Amino acid sequence: MSKQKAVLSDEQVKARRGRSVALAVTLAVLVAMFYVITIVKLGPGIMDRPM
Amino acid sequence: MTMVEQSQGLHEDAVDLGGRGSVSDYIALLKPRVMSLVVFTAAVGLVMAPGNQHPFLSFISILCIAIGGGASGALNMWWDADIDAVMSRTKKRPIPAGKITRAEAFAFGMVLSFGSVLTLGLVANWFAAALLAFTIFFYVVIYTMWLKRSTPQNIVIGGAAGALPPMVGWAAVTGDVSLVSIALFMITFTWTPPHFWALALVKNGDYQDAGVPMLPVVAGETATRHQIVLYSLLLLPVGMSPYLLGFATEVFGVGSAVLGLIFLGYAVRVWRIREGEPAKKAAMSLFKFSLFYLMLIFAGLLAENVMGLV
Repeated sequence: MSKQKAVLSDEQVKARRGRSVALAVTLAVLVAMFYVITIVKLGPGIMDRPM
Repeated sequence: MTMVEQSQGLHEDAVDLGGRGSVSDYIALLKPRVMSLVVFTAAVGLVMAPGNQHPFLSFISILCIAIGGGASGALNMWWDADIDAVMSRTKKRPIPAGKITRAEAFAFGMVLSFGSVLTLGLVANWFAAALLAFTIFFYVVIYTMWLKRSTPQNIVIGGAAGALPPMVGWAAVTGDVSLVSIALFMITFTWTPPHFWALALVKNGDYQDAGVPMLPVVAGETATRHQIVLYSLLLLPVGMSPYLLGFATEVFGVGSAVLGLIFLGYAVRVWRIREGEPAKKAAMSLFKFSLFYLMLIFAGLLAENVMGLV
């Protein structure tokens, strides 16, 4: 089956770029947030686990 | 979705591919002004709760409650896009304005709902997470999808969703429900009907056009004015309940009594002035003061707890 690509308008390209940046920032913040949450919740016990 | 392949033969306009929404449109979906109220009241519940929670975990808990509240807003806009398009107050919202599709709003709301509930469960406890999930469910399913279009008591019962955040904040620290958190719930719950009905009196035409059975549309403006006064009377002792139940000082007791009496004064003014532009002005004054009232009541509780007065 042949396919046809939708062409984005300038407005859509600009909006997508903004959303992409926001998503990247959100993901980076989530990574940092869960890292700190882990440290705070486990505290010194983070190193105290069966190997 | 912005770059998709469409099957040949389909009309290009048959499917709205979306992708026009900017970051600010998505933020608008979260109803930031409602979110600020959620953050504030939830923070008060969290600060008042006994127990030691790490400040960072408290911050993340509040963030989760805020995002959960925002997600409810997005799902509300997803469902109510048809009503929003008719009403002057809401027709510029992202979906009726054509910036975000309903599917995009639904996906956004669902992702944030699950994300906020799961994160709160991991950070605080699963009781608080369940309470947040219930809050979202209550606002979206019980209020938005069911009550809003079917009964003039919509905002009375639906107000429970807006009143739950302080209970979630409290539960994030303690993992339970207490008399104090129920009292905080009751304040916002009792405050909601006169607050919204004051707005409904001003925007009565809008609700009529949209076919939403708000009290002024169904029971008439006079009956609504009676109800506003009754709920304002009830709000007076409920607003003082933190003092009456012994978890706020006399200063709060006197302050909340004065604020409650001023609230009642505005409500009586709405009841007395019933015709034309002065009537709308009186209703709008009550609506504005009600926001100020709730903010001051919760700010008072927050201040007394932060200063260690109780």
